[in-house]
Amino acid sequence: MKKEQRKKLPRRDFLKNVLRSCAGLMLPGFLFAKEAGKKAAALLLDGLYNPAEHSWGMGIDINKCIGCGRCADACKKENNVPNVPFFFRTWVERYRVFENGETLIDSPNGAVNGFENLTDERTIIRSFFVPKLCNHCNNPPCVQVCPVGATFQTVDGVVLVDAEYCIGCRYCIQACPYGARFLHPETRTAEKCTFCYHRVVRGKLPACVEVCPTQARIFGELKKKASPLVRFMRMNKIRVLKPALNTEPRVYYSNLDMEVR
Amino acid sequence: MEEIIQHLAPLLKEISGYIYPNEIELHWGILVVIYPYITGLVAGAFILASLVKVFNVEEVQPTYRISLLTALAFLFVAPLPLLAHLGHPEKSYEIFLTPNTNSAMAMFGFVYAWYLMAVLLLEVWFDYRESLILWSQHETGLRKWIHKILSLFSTDISEKAIKFDKKAVKIITIIGIPSAFLLHGYVGFIFGSIKANPWWSSVLMPIVFLFSAIVSGIALIMIIYMVVTPLRGKEIDMRCLNKLASYLFYIMIIDFSLECLDFIHRIYESEESIKILAQLVSGKLFVSLVVIQLLMGMILPLGAIAIVKIFNLPDELKKLIYFLAALLVQVGIFTTRWNVVVGGQLFSKSFSGLTTYKMTFFGLEGLLMSIFLLLLPFLILYILFKILPPWDEARVTG
Repeated sequence: MKKEQRKKLPRRDFLKNVLRSCAGLMLPGFLFAKEAGKKAAALLLDGLYNPAEHSWGMGIDINKCIGCGRCADACKKENNVPNVPFFFRTWVERYRVFENGETLIDSPNGAVNGFENLTDERTIIRSFFVPKLCNHCNNPPCVQVCPVGATFQTVDGVVLVDAEYCIGCRYCIQACPYGARFLHPETRTAEKCTFCYHRVVRGKLPACVEVCPTQARIFGELKKKASPLVRFMRMNKIRVLKPALNTEPRVYYSNLDMEVR
Repeated sequence: MEEIIQHLAPLLKEISGYIYPNEIELHWGILVVIYPYITGLVAGAFILASLVKVFNVEEVQPTYRISLLTALAFLFVAPLPLLAHLGHPEKSYEIFLTPNTNSAMAMFGFVYAWYLMAVLLLEVWFDYRESLILWSQHETGLRKWIHKILSLFSTDISEKAIKFDKKAVKIITIIGIPSAFLLHGYVGFIFGSIKANPWWSSVLMPIVFLFSAIVSGIALIMIIYMVVTPLRGKEIDMRCLNKLASYLFYIMIIDFSLECLDFIHRIYESEESIKILAQLVSGKLFVSLVVIQLLMGMILPLGAIAIVKIFNLPDELKKLIYFLAALLVQVGIFTTRWNVVVGGQLFSKSFSGLTTYKMTFFGLEGLLMSIFLLLLPFLILYILFKILPPWDEARVTG
């Protein structure tokens, strides 16, 4: 009788242990997530910044942009983006529409060094500059496809990448309709505009907004009446990029031309 | 860093029109071409195997175990190209620990594990169990022990046990067919669900992937069967080969119709992206899409098999035509994957320009690695053939 019991119990224990150790496989994930959550809370909540009180967005007034490219340059310096013409968190495009309807677009080195003067022989009927950056979509396709949840949307509406989590599969880069993402050549993880989140939580403006000499970029709250962004959106007719894709961008353009995609 | 700059700098000159500056680096290269190609072969080979068990197609019985082992060999290799292309392969386990349930890609690990563990390994085990026991009884030394261990030390070869094995195989196959559909349809979904990319974004994508998978799987089994049988000094079973060619023919017609439908649909709807896609197809993709995929990989083999079907040709000529057709189909399907994966990244999402893909030779994502990954399944298959001979005479003599 005793022998039988001895035989039976270990087997039951064994099965239990198998189940427990299988469950244990999931444990590191939960623990890491908890730890990371705490870290973020310490950084944001113990300080003066409460993400729940904010909702960020950006307005861009095409008519004000002079194509100096200081925004693209400042962004590279502020965020340590490799200074080569293949990786950009923000860039400026130049459009030339000719009489016959043909359109020429260029953005040499993302306009970090501005643009050279036009030498076109043909008559240009419209010409303008369009600053581009991550649209911090409310319905972000990049967040949807990330297999490990390394890219996410913050409470205050900014789309960020956790480089420690990112496995470098580049699905998010494929899913972004705006070409706003790239793989950092050194960290081998996905990178993109963060609205300079490290500055914003300290009450500062994003670098590109700060250096813009014509105030073509307007950064601010989307839900506070006193915000310059809300005023911009009240005073102008607004469009977003690729509205048909239903990504619901938080970057709003005024005076955007039909040629811009 | 230096390496990447050297790789990307010359590409700046290859751009035509305007592309977003971040688009110069093409992100999914040859490795991501190989991945759907290999999973397609897995799904195709398995579906061929299931014809015998579920639909009782007696003629293709000689290829049943070959198909199973081929599917298994290729399935072992399937995740390797994905792993090699990651920026951080060492963190890939996070897909299992904290998967994002909204992500199509996050499901890969689970679909793969399900297919490997619950379907293929189980089916192979139940199908081989009796043979393993019989073999180990007559063998000595290492082989005896390998077969004993593989049979998990089961010894029961009573009539009841064998009957159960057969039933199990049948049930697993019935579960396996939708699983194989899931495995490859899901790969199609990874591409088909990207609304940012009009070349990929299509509800037909999983279905086209699936039928091209079956096509490539049948063609591969034909090639393996026709190479291995003479090497073993045996006669090729023409009844089996004719049947395989028939299946290949009919599935190719479905596949071809689906691709035509996709093509016509795109032209007829003529959406925003049509101009840049037309530029792509008539320019950078012309050779790989129209010449290789369509003419060489589809129309030529279809015509060849049709000729065999219409005219009463001698067996030797039939074999030659079948073999060449099956080879062309392989090239065609590989190019199909190439045209989807690489083709979808050759045009800018601004729809205003085209870019270029330059493959490297060395390195994790280079050509050398790709060739290795394509040969590896054949090496595994060779070992599997040695350990688990799939031939009929091995089954009979025990």
